[in-house]
Amino acid sequence: MVLATYVRDLEAPKLPPPSNLKSIRHHLRENYFSSLGSGAMTVVLGSLLLWLAWRIVGFAIIDAVWTGTSSEACVSTDGTVIGACWPVVSQKFGQWIYGFYPVAERWRINICAVAFVAGLVPMLTPSVPYKMVNVVYLLVVFPLAAFVLLTGGNFDLSPGSYAGVVCLALLVAASLPLLIFGVDEGTSRNSLGLALAGAAFILWGASFISQVDFTVFGVSLDSGLLSVASGCVSLWVILSDSVGRRSRALRFWSVGIVALLASMLLLDIDFGLVPVETAQWGGLTVTLVVSITGIAASLPLGILLALGRQSNMPAIRIMSVGFIEFVRGVPLITVLFMASVMLPLFLPPGMNFDKLLRALVGVALFSSAYMAEVVRGGLQAVPKGQYEGATALGLSYWQMMAKIILPQALKISIPNIVSNFIVLFKDTTLVLIIGLFDLLAMAQTGLRDAAWASPVTASTGYLAIALIYWAFCFSMSRYAIYTERRLHTGHKR
Amino acid sequence: MKKRILNLAVALGAALLASTQVSASTLDDVKQKGFLQCGVSQGVAGFSIPDAEGKWTGFDVDICRAVAAAIFNDPTKVKFTPLSAKDRFTALQSGEIDLLSRTTTWTMSRDTAMGFMFPATTYYDGQGFMVRKSLGVDSALKLDGAAVCAATGTTTELNLADYFKAHGMKYQGVAIEDSTQLRQAYDEGRCDVLTTEQSILYSQRSSLKQPDDHVVLPEIVSKEPLGPMVRQGDIGWFNIVKWTAFAMLNAEELGITQANVEEMKASTNPEIQRVLGVKNADGTAPGFGPGIGLDEQWAAFIVKGVGNYSEIFERNLGAQSPLKVKRGVNALWKDGGFQYAPPIR
Amino acid sequence: MQALAVVVLLFLFFEVTQNMRSNLSRMNQDFGFAFLSKSAGFDIVQALVPYSTGSSYSRALFVGFLNTLLISALCIVAATFLGFLVGVMRLSKNRLAAGVATLYIEFFRNVPVLLQIFVWYSLVILQILPAPKNALAVFDIAYLSNRGMIMPLPIFGEGAIYGLVGLVSAIVGGLALVFWANYRQNSTGKPFPKFWGSLGLVIVFPFCGLALAGFPITFDVPVRTAFSFSGGLVVVPELMALFLALSIYYATYIAEAVRAGIQAVNHGQTEAAHALGLTRGQTLRKVVIPQAMRVVVPPLISIYLGITKASSLAVAIGYPDLIAIGGTVLNQTGKAIELVSIWMVIYLCISLIMSSLMNWFNNRMKLVER
Repeated sequence: MVLATYVRDLEAPKLPPPSNLKSIRHHLRENYFSSLGSGAMTVVLGSLLLWLAWRIVGFAIIDAVWTGTSSEACVSTDGTVIGACWPVVSQKFGQWIYGFYPVAERWRINICAVAFVAGLVPMLTPSVPYKMVNVVYLLVVFPLAAFVLLTGGNFDLSPGSYAGVVCLALLVAASLPLLIFGVDEGTSRNSLGLALAGAAFILWGASFISQVDFTVFGVSLDSGLLSVASGCVSLWVILSDSVGRRSRALRFWSVGIVALLASMLLLDIDFGLVPVETAQWGGLTVTLVVSITGIAASLPLGILLALGRQSNMPAIRIMSVGFIEFVRGVPLITVLFMASVMLPLFLPPGMNFDKLLRALVGVALFSSAYMAEVVRGGLQAVPKGQYEGATALGLSYWQMMAKIILPQALKISIPNIVSNFIVLFKDTTLVLIIGLFDLLAMAQTGLRDAAWASPVTASTGYLAIALIYWAFCFSMSRYAIYTERRLHTGHKR
Repeated sequence: MKKRILNLAVALGAALLASTQVSASTLDDVKQKGFLQCGVSQGVAGFSIPDAEGKWTGFDVDICRAVAAAIFNDPTKVKFTPLSAKDRFTALQSGEIDLLSRTTTWTMSRDTAMGFMFPATTYYDGQGFMVRKSLGVDSALKLDGAAVCAATGTTTELNLADYFKAHGMKYQGVAIEDSTQLRQAYDEGRCDVLTTEQSILYSQRSSLKQPDDHVVLPEIVSKEPLGPMVRQGDIGWFNIVKWTAFAMLNAEELGITQANVEEMKASTNPEIQRVLGVKNADGTAPGFGPGIGLDEQWAAFIVKGVGNYSEIFERNLGAQSPLKVKRGVNALWKDGGFQYAPPIR
Repeated sequence: MQALAVVVLLFLFFEVTQNMRSNLSRMNQDFGFAFLSKSAGFDIVQALVPYSTGSSYSRALFVGFLNTLLISALCIVAATFLGFLVGVMRLSKNRLAAGVATLYIEFFRNVPVLLQIFVWYSLVILQILPAPKNALAVFDIAYLSNRGMIMPLPIFGEGAIYGLVGLVSAIVGGLALVFWANYRQNSTGKPFPKFWGSLGLVIVFPFCGLALAGFPITFDVPVRTAFSFSGGLVVVPELMALFLALSIYYATYIAEAVRAGIQAVNHGQTEAAHALGLTRGQTLRKVVIPQAMRVVVPPLISIYLGITKASSLAVAIGYPDLIAIGGTVLNQTGKAIELVSIWMVIYLCISLIMSSLMNWFNNRMKLVER
């Protein structure tokens, strides 16, 4: 009754029999001229498209200038139309890619790029095996090597920082017996080590808050010495037990500390590379450094935040939700401003972050909030039975997450993660507002060069970098679609 | 589990604690780092501009180099941080840079409430206006109704408002942060007038597409004493920067140049001997350098490294530069200018 | 573990405030918002409320806030229209239309919006549009040049209140008409052109109201001056560039959301509507889009929020939005912490208000449709 007037009360006129379905004429009629409106649209859009294509081809190819050494080549003297001024691009291309990086040192960036691609391509190709090795290469080996190569390494770490790391590792060792023997037995076996560690912590906290070194009978107490003692006691407890000697926790711990010290040593060694400060970095290099580190840092952070948001511990949940909603509620630019003008005021005097590093922190924190929401979507899409099954098997929370839930959740959210990466990549352009020279900023600087001043310089340059950005984003979005299709075959939900 | 989190906290705290140990004086910091970190503008020809290899040149840049030379006897031991007008103060506040040398005007609020100090005026400037010749304007008083480009957050933006208000004129202010963007906006016709310090106007004009199509109007509408700036609370550092500037003026006054500084050390003029830190006949040193924590020959290092005031001026702004700015009020007091340095004694 | 997390957080907070205090005291700075009442001294190119160089910093920030709201609202409206158009076009049976829509989406979505803003601003508006002397004139009352769009500004004199009364009564009447039309359609099945009907009311009533008062509207028509124009309503070029770039960029996202929404509607619904004899347009308007809206609204919320946040890119071309003016104030006062907090609080409030409004709308629609 509601739609009574929409129902026909007359029989529709009979349609003529269909013509040859395969003819071009039929194809045209069906897809382009099926009705008067459709035909008009085809004509209007078609002519618009042709006009646009003609203008673009005219600008970029037919009227374009291909050779020249200065702006004179691109300035019309006799009234002819001048299209794109491509020599500008070829002249400035090096600067767009490498920024102010010393020309003699550009090979270092090239090596990094090659090493990255060599790690990324097998990572993204589903059929290539050894994914775990690949991950370690991409997340540990490559960043370290690239860091040393790009900055020049040779950081002159003081012996104190080695000692500090060893102290901290020994302090961590105090918790190993708890992991190996269980909380109760571990506490009773290693009561001395734990007590020493606790004392170290309290002493450190107290001296930190009061800014005073504590002395007992004229001898200054030191949290570092206490943590060394605690670590030694704990290690002795572990090593004196055959179960302890063969435990995985001990193995992980020793691999961890060796890796940490090795990477510190790597940063410390003088490879004879000329140091290049980050102020000289620029162009596509900075764009890629910011986006790749942003991506690499935001994924684990985002996973932790998503888990925190799903957690049943109220304090953790509130903190995660607070952080996520706060960051998602403000523009990236305010976060970057915060990192560039406010962060220095929050740090202890004398402690300074590099400008690029501050931008990196800002970008990573910002995008981790968005990543958290994507991962949360994935977590929610995992059927509840999976959680229940894992719990029923007696798995701990972290075991359940690492072995059952996250692999499924991340797999489901890969397309969204990639589109998040695309957004992040485009958003790296905002760092120019806080004075970093990314690709866009570098291009703008180059285009203002008085030696290349011509009416078409800016349009040529903008067209070229738009194409560079477009190529990156478009290929990423194609990859997202590809994985989406591939994943759909198995468990389409 | 709990223990692990605890340890994380300890690690974090220890890292912070380790970094809080900081020396009290900027000079010690700089000496320990091995270089001076100096804030400059992002690209104003004549004052501070990087070339294609990222090497900085300019008047403000040379002030930084002079301070580095005074400390290290090496004018290259300085790193430059290009800063926008907006970033400059926080960069200095936060300790990211040790010294700001970025065409910054000495004003009362900056010198007091904002927590900075101006050691010296290295360049006496005044705000001016630049217009297209085709507009046929010959005086700033005929600018009623014009669109004016100015850099945001600078004194020029405030002076602009005052000037137009005082003369009952209206204008449309276009505020842009970055000096190259400012120039571009003016060049592309976003505004009729570009206003900033007059010296920088000449610099900006030299970088326009058609410099000859533009004219700088005669009016100077404000006092703009430009100079380096340091944080409040470190008088020692303040004095080093102040006397670096004065040493360059004294050197000019005494005719000590980059070329003749070594010969001048043999001079018998006691004034020159004091400036160059030459030992007296009885073997006693004048002791001015050590008095501010520097080498005895600190002033000689400055002149050897970058030259005296006149050399820096002429090289970057004056006759030897494309800008061809005249000394004018920046001449020495002896020649009728304002530049007057207290004596080194 | 929770307790420890709280302790760590508190510790960090303590550490940060402690550092901040020592840093500020080292520089003879203090923390506080008293500076907001001092006079700003700088001029703002576009102010929706009265503002002069003598106004206070807080007034200046308020002007910026309104400008942020203005640009966001304009872009949201334009992007929504364009996005729906392109989204529907992409699913059109006409292959050329679908192709053009795809081309549009794939190009504009994959180029950073900041780059697009620069292109619109410095390439299109400043370079292609003529200087004020050769401005494109419409009947010599409105002009388009690289100084922006200048139009006659209506000034309402005494008696214009009748027009307002007319408008209010038209809105009330229009709502009543829609209500009645829905009721009649529900009971008799006869549709009524409620959109055109209420649009007519909204036009006719205020017109009558103004006619009664003898048209007390005068126009401030821009006049040419030595430099450009004076008087009139000026749309500054920065606003134009930002509007074009943001609308075109975000329309691609809206188009994709609309497409996903329409595709989510079961094909059977379309077929049933066709079988009932509804035309394609009717099917789209009355069957597909209402159902698609349920899927479209949630992403639409985040896109609208994205537009509001992206309006902060105004600072890159000097449009005086909240961030740009805040930056100027920061520069003159050095109050970094205070200003960044003001920015964040205001944006958080805008985000919260918008997302709760849209969630309310979303919930309401769900209830009605089910």
